[in-house]
Order: sequence, then structure tokens, then C-alpha cells
Amino acid sequence: MDRVLRLSSQKAVVIFSVSSCCMCHTVKRLFMELGVDAAVHELDQDPKGRDMERALAKMLDRTPTVPAVFIGGNLVGSTDKVMSLHLGGKLVPLLRDAGALWL
Amino acid sequence: MPSFASSAGVQNNSTEGNTTNPSRESCFGLLKQSIAVHNDLEATTKQSGQQPLASVGVTASASKVESLGQQPHLLFLSSQFENWGDSTMADASPRTDTSTDLDIDEKNQMLEQGQLAVTGASDSSDRSKDKRLDQKTLRRLAQNREAARKSRLRKKAYVQQLESSRLKLTQLEQELQRARQQGIFISGSADQSHAVGGNGALAFDVEYARWLEEHNRQVNELRAAVNAHASENDLRSIVDGVLSHYEEIFRLKGIAAKADVFHILSGMWKTPAERCFLWLGGFRSSELLKLLANQLEPLTEQQLMGICNLQQSSQQAEDALSQGMEALQQSLAETLAGSLGPSGSSGNVANYMGQMAMAMGKLGTLENFLRQADNLRQQTLQQMHRILTTRQSARALLAIHDYLSRLRALSSLWLARPRE
Repeated sequence: MDRVLRLSSQKAVVIFSVSSCCMCHTVKRLFMELGVDAAVHELDQDPKGRDMERALAKMLDRTPTVPAVFIGGNLVGSTDKVMSLHLGGKLVPLLRDAGALWL
Repeated sequence: MPSFASSAGVQNNSTEGNTTNPSRESCFGLLKQSIAVHNDLEATTKQSGQQPLASVGVTASASKVESLGQQPHLLFLSSQFENWGDSTMADASPRTDTSTDLDIDEKNQMLEQGQLAVTGASDSSDRSKDKRLDQKTLRRLAQNREAARKSRLRKKAYVQQLESSRLKLTQLEQELQRARQQGIFISGSADQSHAVGGNGALAFDVEYARWLEEHNRQVNELRAAVNAHASENDLRSIVDGVLSHYEEIFRLKGIAAKADVFHILSGMWKTPAERCFLWLGGFRSSELLKLLANQLEPLTEQQLMGICNLQQSSQQAEDALSQGMEALQQSLAETLAGSLGPSGSSGNVANYMGQMAMAMGKLGTLENFLRQADNLRQQTLQQMHRILTTRQSARALLAIHDYLSRLRALSSLWLARPRE
């Protein structure tokens, strides 16, 4: 849990992912398209990955736990939450506030 | 007395003894009459060896019955007549050979009569010559009988084929009817999502058809209200109704996807032209928004920007999802390819099983993608409604409906187009 919290505030946008997960790929692509340089942590490639996944599961209260997106150190949610925010025009302001975008 | 030959083995007075099918009596009664006409013609022209009349007879009978409204069935049969000729007959004109059993029997009778006459008159003349005549005639008789026999057998086989096909058709129709009723029954209790999910594709198709019908009705109501310049409140309630009805189909799709994700993704429940533009199991939000941009003037500066941003956001989301799908495909391909290789060792079998299991897991994420895509569509509609005024939303919904129903109409036209 500590590791999750620590990592999640290291950069403006942090994505917890699994390398084989295609929905994670989707979210990564979306941020890339928006011009955001997100920090990606692949849980399956991290020695403490399982613990982190458990921590995320508690925070998110859903399966699958990935992708899990943090913006400005705060948990935003998973794919559908990110999509909703973006369609509502709220994602970009959020990114700007967190310093992930400069335009 | 000439024996009646008929199609489909109804009344046959020959030694074959085919049973009569009462349901076809009336139809074949007419055919019998026409064949009688045919054979009269045959008999009178037999000596002169005129062949074309055989075909004339058949088509004459066909056209006679045609005018009595039996057309499709009998035209088909008369064309079948033309194909039953036995080409091994000595005097092989195909037309002559299409003559019915009756004709062959008659021919044989006349040959026999002719032969008797010849034999009668030949007592006083050359014996060897008679013998040759006899042999020739006998051979001819035998050939005719053989041809007739084969023709009868073919007819019988064909009739049996027809009968069994007909039976199969009725069975299939019944099954379809039953399945439809079942589907309708279950979708009636739509609150129990489990019940609906169990029937998958067919049930969903039924539900979609019903949904579409209701949708069209609502849109007509909306159109009437817009044209009548209805009040803000009235219009809003109808618009809200249309939007929540849209939510209903997304809900149904979600349930159906749990049962059969491939059916939803395939778009087989939509018309062909719609299917052509299918994106992840439904319409592409960004395309609809592009369409609306022209339809919705005048828009305020803020509204225009809102719609443009919405279009851009949905485009980006769509692209991201498309990329995700491609990654899935790639990953699946790699997994399946990985299980290829030299077969034989037990290690490879375990490998194969493991990789199949992995592939199965990947397929499981398809449902997730579909859900995200539908979520996108739903959100787009809601955001659009938020940005626009009630009247503008109404016109937007009308425009979307008109566009999609034109696409559906295009499918129908395309399917019905005349082909060379």
C-alpha cells in the first residue's frame, strides 16, 4: 500500500498496469494521444506486484484492478472513469491542474 | 386405354401403383387433363415422327395451367419434365424423350401392333426378312421399356426428395416459431437479467427488433412535437424518453454480450449497410457528431466549442479503444502461433493447453471492450444533451434517427436490387 501511494505521487499521471492487459494498453494510448507523459508501473514486472495489486483492489473496490489511474497523486479510477471524464471535458483541465499538460 | 402419367407421383394407372395424394388432386387434376391433350397430339403425329410437338405439348399444358394460377409450382415441374429424357434412346431427340411413360407405352403398343400386322402379312413372304424385322422391333421395344422404367425410377426418386424437403421445411418453420415464442416470453420478464442472458443471440435479435419498433414510435412522436412547436416541458419529457430508451438498448446489449459477445460484435443483428460502418458492436459516436454539426445551426459560440470538443474527445477515446482491440488481436495471434511447432512431446501438449487457456482468457476481455464502447456511445448522447438546448437536442435526435434509418433503407434496397 505504501509503495502504491508513494509511486502514485511521483509523477503527475501514474498508471498501474499489467503488461498483457489490453485495456491498460487502451488507457496508455489515450494519455499518449493527449500528449501526457505518464509513469507506467507494470505489476507483473514488479517484485512487489502482488501486494500492490491487493492494495489497489481495496482502493478501487472492483475487478479487474488494472488499469488504475492516478492524477496529481489522487486516484481517478479505471477505464470507464477516465473515458467519462474525457467526454465530459473534465479530464484535460484535471491534467492541466496536475501539471501534466502545459497548453 | 392409356395410362395417365403425372408429375409427383399422384395418379398413375400403370403397374407402379403410386398412391394418390389428395391434397394435390386439384392441382394435378389439371395437369392430368393437359397431359391427356398432350398425348392426343402425340398419338396423331407419331407415325410422321414429328418430335417438336412433344415440347409444345408440355409447354402448352404448362401455360394452360399457368393461367389458372398454379404457375410457379408447375412451371418448375414442366422444366423438370424436359430434363428427364433418356439420352440412350436410339432415336434420341431430347424432346421426344421427354414424353411421359404413357407415350412410351403407347409407342410400344403401336410398335407391337405394327409388328403383328407385319407378322400377319409375312407368312407368305421371306422368313429371314421377317426375323430381322422382328429382332429390330423387339430390340426397340426393349429399349423403350428400359427408358420408361428408368424414367419412372427417376421420377420416383425426385418425388421422394421433394417430400422429404417439404417435411424438413415444415419442421424448421415449427422450430423457428417455437424459438421465437420462447425468446419473446423470456424477454417479457426483462427484469431477470439471467433469464435473458441464457438465450443469447436469438433472444437479443428479437429484443432489438422490438426496441427498434418502440424507438421509431418515440421518434415519430418527437417529430410531431417539434413540428407542432410543442412547449419546452412537453418536448423535454419526450427527449428524455428517447434518451432513456437508448440506455435500455445498451443495457440489453450488455446482457446479451455476457451470453454471446461474438454475436454482438459481429453486428449480425443490424442490417448489412449498418454493419459496414460498425465499430466495436455499434455506431461510431464521433461520426454522428460530425453529422450533427451541420444540422444544428444556429449554435452559440460556447455550444459550438462544446460539440467540437465532444467530437474530438470521443474520437480520441475511440482511437484508444481501437488500439486496444488491435493489441488484443496481436496478443491473441502471438499466443496461438506460440503453440505451433514440432508436435509429439508431452511438453508440447502441456504447452498447447496452457496457451489455449491463455487465449481463452484474452477472449474474455472482449466483453470489456464492448462495454467500454457502449459506455462511450451512451456518454456521447448524454453530453450532447447537456450541451444543447431541449429543442436542439430534439432535432439532433431526429437527425441521428433519420440518418440511421436511411442506412437501414439502403440495406433493403441493396438486397432487393436486380441482378444479372
